[in-house]
Amino acid sequence: MTRRHPSEQLIAEATRPPHGHADPFGARMGMWLFLFTEVLLFGTLFLVYAVYLETYTREFNRGSTTLAVPVGAVNTLILLTSSLTMALAVAALHRARRRLSMALLAATIALAAAFLVIKAFEWADKFDHHIYPGSEIFAEAATGYELFFNLYFVMTGLHALHVAVGAGVIAAAILLVARSADPQRRVALLENTGLYWHLVDMVWIYLFPLFYLIG
Amino acid sequence: MSDAPIQLDQPNAPSYLQRGGIFSWLLTTDHKRIGVLYLISITALFLFGVSMAFTFRLELLSPGMQLMSLETYNRMLTLHGVTMIFLFIIPAIPSIFGNFLLPIMLGANDVYFPRLNLLSWYCYVVGALMALASVAYGGPNTGWTFYVPFSVETEANIFIPLSAVVVLGWSSILTGLNFVTTVHRLRAPGQTWFRLPLFVWALYATAWTQLLVTPVLAITLVLVVLDRLLNIGMFDPGRGGDPILYQHLFWIYSHPAVYIMILPAMGAVSEIIPTFARRTIFGYKFIAMSSVAIAGIGSLVWGHHMFTSGQSDTARIVFSFLTFLVAVPSGVKVFNWVATLYKGSIVLHVALVFTLMFIVLFTIGGLTGLMQGALALNIHIHDTAFIVAHFHYVMFGGAGVMFFAALHYWWPKMFGRLYNTSVALAAALIFFVGFNLLYFPLLVAGLEGMPRRYGDYLPYYTVYHQLSTVGSWILVFAILLMFANLVRSLRSGPRAPRNPWGSTSIEWFISSPPREENFEHTPEIRAKPYTYPQEVQDDPPPSI
Amino acid sequence: MSDDAEQTQVAKPHHPPIPPGLYVKVWIALVLLTGVTVTVSYLDMQKFTVFTAMLIATVKASLVLLYFMHIRFEKVVFQLMILFTLIIYAIFIFLTFADYSYR
Repeated sequence: MTRRHPSEQLIAEATRPPHGHADPFGARMGMWLFLFTEVLLFGTLFLVYAVYLETYTREFNRGSTTLAVPVGAVNTLILLTSSLTMALAVAALHRARRRLSMALLAATIALAAAFLVIKAFEWADKFDHHIYPGSEIFAEAATGYELFFNLYFVMTGLHALHVAVGAGVIAAAILLVARSADPQRRVALLENTGLYWHLVDMVWIYLFPLFYLIG
Repeated sequence: MSDAPIQLDQPNAPSYLQRGGIFSWLLTTDHKRIGVLYLISITALFLFGVSMAFTFRLELLSPGMQLMSLETYNRMLTLHGVTMIFLFIIPAIPSIFGNFLLPIMLGANDVYFPRLNLLSWYCYVVGALMALASVAYGGPNTGWTFYVPFSVETEANIFIPLSAVVVLGWSSILTGLNFVTTVHRLRAPGQTWFRLPLFVWALYATAWTQLLVTPVLAITLVLVVLDRLLNIGMFDPGRGGDPILYQHLFWIYSHPAVYIMILPAMGAVSEIIPTFARRTIFGYKFIAMSSVAIAGIGSLVWGHHMFTSGQSDTARIVFSFLTFLVAVPSGVKVFNWVATLYKGSIVLHVALVFTLMFIVLFTIGGLTGLMQGALALNIHIHDTAFIVAHFHYVMFGGAGVMFFAALHYWWPKMFGRLYNTSVALAAALIFFVGFNLLYFPLLVAGLEGMPRRYGDYLPYYTVYHQLSTVGSWILVFAILLMFANLVRSLRSGPRAPRNPWGSTSIEWFISSPPREENFEHTPEIRAKPYTYPQEVQDDPPPSI
Repeated sequence: MSDDAEQTQVAKPHHPPIPPGLYVKVWIALVLLTGVTVTVSYLDMQKFTVFTAMLIATVKASLVLLYFMHIRFEKVVFQLMILFTLIIYAIFIFLTFADYSYR
């Protein structure tokens, strides 16, 4: 009669082999954790903004008046709509509507591109008015005016970079959805892409009022 | 005992060390191999960091500059700080031992994102190469804290070292992301949260900290780079910016960073003490919760690095209070560890000796930290050698010593070899002598007014520096002896049994070294960790 | 779990799929709120300008978080993680202003 070693009170040999099927919940958790780093990344810039807003409120108000509200609002609507098309793309793939899903993803990219084009025009317009980092016109302006625009360029620039990268990731997702034998296997991937995209949208939801609407 | 304990793996399968050539290592996704890759690269960078300190301590042997200019001294100590903090202490225990042991302690075969794990290591390597490359450009001269405005205006090359730190930050973030997901999703059946080994609790708390605060540093350093490259002055007082804001942002990361350093070390303490006291840990839940509390409260104390910079009085009082508060959970842990030892059947193995050393040195460091947290005293000792000695006591005497302890504890598991314990013990004791000779005089010198980061000093401080430099020689000798002893064991040490220390932790139930596949079958956890059933307690402790 | 293994079975949705109509309704709410925040910005609200703008922005962000990002339907662990992250971030802001508000 073999005696069980006392250590078997602590750890037993289970009977099943380690499981090998994929775990979309875990993949989603990984994406959320990555999004938290993005929250802190942009969050730090928002903190810098908040500190300088409190110190230089009047100059920030003045700076805000130079930004065209209608243009910013249009860009906001573009991004909100892109979030809708992204969410609908995932819903479509859930219901095995592969081509609809790909079309909606393409629409998301198109909206992202529109956003970037408009942003580029905005920046070009600012440069035309000699508003750029290190410009001499800030020497005559009140203290704090330059900080508003430094923050504007850094924050909208970092955001635009994320929009561009997001568009690239969505493009890759279109390819993967197109080529997958069973498109519903790509649902988790598309959901995670969507999470990233919605975060980019959320950042803009805060950027828009802070730069355009406090004039 | 007539029967062997259960075997959870395939002992006849090849070990993780055996198959494949160098490319199979460089492209591995096996967490054990990645742990070893980290061990090699981190040890190399550690020795690089030691060599710089050894050199500038030679310069400090007497007043006046004999070996180098003040400018070179600044650059050398900056690189020493950057290397030791970002390339050694922050990654060492989590990336080496965390990577190697976390999946095993959870009964899993790997981390949740194995390829991301490899990417983390490559981020580390690229960051390390960039940091070393910065030497070719003369190296930064700002101190590892890169304070503005000097870091914006200095002519030394700042772009490369700051970029290196950002890349290294990504290594840290990805490791944290991987560990959190792994702990949530890959626990074995029966392994509830309060049955997790305390090393896992420590790694989990650390992982959250790595994840949340590292991005703050990354973007802050990017802002400095943008200022240097594109004149985007976010902290330039001449243009309305506030240099103190930089300090806030820098320390929002860098204070929690020290808890990234110490929490895994404390986790290792909680693993080593029960094994060599042959009894269960005292106050498991309190230690687990203290890890979380240290990570949490530790994120709220950063202002204590800036007491003399110009913060409001309100902020200073708040940060001072919170600083005193964060000492409490650390104290809870120390008391619990000591209570575990009390009336245990203690085996003074070298891993335990290092651990006891940790408790002594970390306590000294912690107490000097409390002294610094007092506002009135801080004004006099900020930026003196007292601070330098304090953080070396906690970081080196704390986390560094536990790195050595973990090496000696898990070495047989990782490499399947036993080392010469007499030599290891000698190295440990010589290290203790050298360490205290190196740093204790600096505590006194600091109180006497010796500033930090100074390459030259008034003759009044000479004796302190002489003692300290001699201490550095003894310490370096001990470190080299210790590493030589370990490396030698790889070729000529006796083969290690599965469980040389008689521990009941799960990693000791698989082969030494582990097989490629950690577990043939997923184990089922049936009891709390550190349980030493009476029969196991009655066993004679293994002869070491 | 290796992330390089193809899913060997179709991933079951973690919750019943959200009807697309709900997404459209959320989008309409977001568009309307954008209109509100733009309109309100033309009023002179003095010290409350930023506060109001942030309030509306937070409502919008919450809609995106809860519905587009599914948090309304997710397991508690995600909700706790999000809450934890936001609390830590809020504390960073709060303690930094312990300095700036009292200079």
